[in-house]
Amino acid sequence: MKYVNEAQVQKKLNSRLFTNNIAKSLFFLSTLFGLVVLVILFYRVISQSLGWIDLQFLTSKLSTVAENAGIMGALLGTLWLMLVVAPITLFLGVGTAIYLEEYAKKGRLQRFIQTNISNLAGVPSIVFGILGLTIFVRGFGLGNIVLAGGLTMSLLVLPIVVVASQEAIRAVPSYLREASYGMGATKWQTIKNVVLPTSLPGILTGVILALSRAVGETAPLVVIGIPALLIPFPDSIFDKFTVLPMQIYYWTLDSALVAEYANLGAATIVILLIVLFLMNSIAIIIRNKFQRKY
Amino acid sequence: MKEGSKVNVREMIAKNKRAKSLNTIIEKVIPKGLLFIAIISILTTVGIVLTLLFETFEFFKRVPILDFFTGTVLKPLGDNAEFGVLPLLTGTIISSTIAMLVAIPVGMMSAIYLSEYASERVRKILKPILEILAGIPTIVYGFFALTFVTPLLQSIIPGLEPTNILSPGIVMGIMIIPMVASLSEDAMSSVPNSIREGALGLGSTKLEVTWKVVIPAAMSGIIASFVLGISRAIGETMIVTLASGSSKNFTFDVTQSMQTMTSYIVEVNSGDAPAGSTLYYSLYAVAITLFVFTLVMNLLAQYISRKFKEEY
Repeated sequence: MKYVNEAQVQKKLNSRLFTNNIAKSLFFLSTLFGLVVLVILFYRVISQSLGWIDLQFLTSKLSTVAENAGIMGALLGTLWLMLVVAPITLFLGVGTAIYLEEYAKKGRLQRFIQTNISNLAGVPSIVFGILGLTIFVRGFGLGNIVLAGGLTMSLLVLPIVVVASQEAIRAVPSYLREASYGMGATKWQTIKNVVLPTSLPGILTGVILALSRAVGETAPLVVIGIPALLIPFPDSIFDKFTVLPMQIYYWTLDSALVAEYANLGAATIVILLIVLFLMNSIAIIIRNKFQRKY
Repeated sequence: MKEGSKVNVREMIAKNKRAKSLNTIIEKVIPKGLLFIAIISILTTVGIVLTLLFETFEFFKRVPILDFFTGTVLKPLGDNAEFGVLPLLTGTIISSTIAMLVAIPVGMMSAIYLSEYASERVRKILKPILEILAGIPTIVYGFFALTFVTPLLQSIIPGLEPTNILSPGIVMGIMIIPMVASLSEDAMSSVPNSIREGALGLGSTKLEVTWKVVIPAAMSGIIASFVLGISRAIGETMIVTLASGSSKNFTFDVTQSMQTMTSYIVEVNSGDAPAGSTLYYSLYAVAITLFVFTLVMNLLAQYISRKFKEEY
């Protein structure tokens, strides 16, 4: 019978434990790395924006003179964009999710749509920009207005809403459905009166997260050609517009020419991050407050 | 009996029948309407592929396809315009490589810490913070790369140009860390505890359990997270556009400015290329190359996680 050489095991044990501890601290430091970058990023942006964010900055028009420049137009543009994206993605996203979860038979078509959606989620946003440019801006002749930008963004964030809605619908327990059928309700009545109200918090969370993605996205709008010119405030979805990320882009690009533009860029970033933070907070509140456990 | 409570049974039946037939119509129409909505996502894909293909076709009528894929000179403006995509391909591949050199080790180690070492309480604090990193818009990272990381790197590497591929590459890597970390962590967390406990019971240290048991078992998910990260890096636009400039040199020097496929598309569009010009069509040829690259990566990731999944 072969026995373990205890002395040798003991000798090795120390170095094994030592390696384990070293590795543990290394892993911990790696995890902290992200945190450190986040702190530096926030610190940099906030310190650069200090003194630049005031009422004048929030309520003024764009201007080539850094001291007079404001982001009211970009804020309104972002708002208008959301007003287009929210209803479209809600309608298309929830419709697709209901079809896939409630009506589609498990089979080729269902799998094809599902695979297609997960592939769309991986398509670079700039490619959606080209689609928007070719179809909405040039094909439909809309030009670079809010509606064209909003339609492009809606297609970009649609997979997020679909997947979130599917998960929410799937989480509705089957006994709720069965109770509804038992009362004589038809399939659509069950979906309309039981499934959708129950899954609404999950769906809304998904829509808000998709909106926050759309609000922060720049590349598709650069492609469909949002001008850097000083345009008037948008009043409807048929007006030309600019959004916060576009403003950050142009100011950062020109920061080599005018040093103050970097401060304006940083100040706009702070506002954009605040907008995103608020949207995500609302999503979390909705999720925690209204999501019932079954 | 009072007048008001009189019920005409025949009318009631008729009413009931009408409601029923209305319901049957609704029940028949709704699925078709929903199917139509669901098909919009397929139409989007078809739209992307068709628009890219048509215009690319036109481009290859003017520029031979071989010249495009083997040309090392990209000079889209001027009289002797040349359209070689290789400078853009090297730019894209180099920036993605730098990004993954940052994202893979840091993301993996974070995933190991969160899944294997961290207590539940620490995990609950650290994971949302990593997710914040993933939620920051790319334009903000671009600003960060140009105004902070590049000057920082310049103080370490004296020859670094004000716009270079190194700085956006690193920042892209930082952006992808949460993606690699959370997908790998999911894969590692789904390895059942019984396997871990078996290895621990044989006297392994935690590191040995992780390295020899958990990681091999979660390999498919981990590799898939890397591939998705690469796909994300290839398609990333704003960071490279802002921090790497628009030099179209065919070079492998990371201290220099390079252009990626994505930032070429941005540059051509910002210049407002007249519709019908070769420059305009080149946009679509580059875009379809980009699209195929990322599509292959995404399909590969799906294939890996499906095919090599270990079932317990």
